[in-house]
Amino acid sequence: MELKKAGISGTLESSDVMITLEPGNGGIEIELTSSVEKQFGDAIRKEITSTLTSLGVTNARVTAVDKGALDCVIRARVKAAACRAAEVEYAWGGGSQ
Amino acid sequence: MKQQLRRTMLYVPGNNPGMIKDAGIYGADCVMFDLEDSVSLNEKDAARFLVYEALTSLDLGDKEHLVRINSLESGLGLADLEAIVHTGKAVIRLPKTETPQDVLECEAQIARIEEAAGLPMGSTKMMAAVESAAGVLNAREIALASPRLIGIAIGAEDYVTDLKTTRSEDGVELLFARSAILLAARVAGIDAIDTVYSDVNNEEGLRKEVQLIRQLGFDGKSIINPRQIGVIHEIYTPTKKDIDHALAVLDAIQEAERKGSGVISLNGKMVDRPIVLRAQRVISLAKESGVLKEGVYAQD
Repeated sequence: MELKKAGISGTLESSDVMITLEPGNGGIEIELTSSVEKQFGDAIRKEITSTLTSLGVTNARVTAVDKGALDCVIRARVKAAACRAAEVEYAWGGGSQ
Repeated sequence: MKQQLRRTMLYVPGNNPGMIKDAGIYGADCVMFDLEDSVSLNEKDAARFLVYEALTSLDLGDKEHLVRINSLESGLGLADLEAIVHTGKAVIRLPKTETPQDVLECEAQIARIEEAAGLPMGSTKMMAAVESAAGVLNAREIALASPRLIGIAIGAEDYVTDLKTTRSEDGVELLFARSAILLAARVAGIDAIDTVYSDVNNEEGLRKEVQLIRQLGFDGKSIINPRQIGVIHEIYTPTKKDIDHALAVLDAIQEAERKGSGVISLNGKMVDRPIVLRAQRVISLAKESGVLKEGVYAQD
């Protein structure tokens, strides 16, 4: 999946995370703001990276503002932002189209 | 087989992580993630991802989960089905069902997705919500349209608008629709689920409405706020008096069978088949709702 423009998903409400994805050219760079960064920063970065990798995104600038999101919320927001940025419909059960 | 209680079906907006995370803790019999009216048009994709991830990742226990999809004709429903059927973990609630064809079209798509995903054919269940005059008049055919259906529900707001009226406190404008839905459900052997009561601050009004729908025969009600769960479960839970009578009926039956007696009486009143069926239903409901444990009333 190739990112064509900026894609945003999520909100700044409690239990959510706002993900902004922009096309990049130096791998996956993540700028994370989280009130639980000390305890969970590495885990959040890992979740973002593995979700992008599963979508075939290898270059992206990620801005994540976390408000205590569970892993499943992080995955959902990254996927939505990536599909918006790549301008593709997600193919359920088969990656991206 | 354990009977699935559907006294309360709690609506949870599909794009709200906080509400989704907590949805299971309030004690509703069923949780219904909504991709339709509570999600704005430009967030439909995000809600779909969120509900998919929640269904496949969160510990849902053995609670029944439903997802209200967008209608197929909205152009959004197919993607909803693709996402949700792939989880293998939720009943599909079909909105604005007007004809049996609506059910069949949805069923055909579900079957196609199940096959492509390698899921057991027929494993995804459905519930049809009827929200228009046409839907109410077709309720019987809708309820009988597919063996995947586990229930039929009435959605009142759209329905009363279609009738050119509004909702009143006593619900007289819904009497025909409720009766039609209920009879259709019973003919098809599936559950009948009532509409939401949207005035969450009016407990007395909710209580009256739940007493009415329980008396009509409904299995439960869709709800929009966890605060409504307690009242509904209280009204739907058999009382100690109901349970004692039901147990006495079942004892009388056993006694009569032991004696080989054809005619059964309890306290001077004849006990016939409908009374036995009602007693069995009371005991089943009491067990499933946890007030009867190993034959003992467990709530005082």
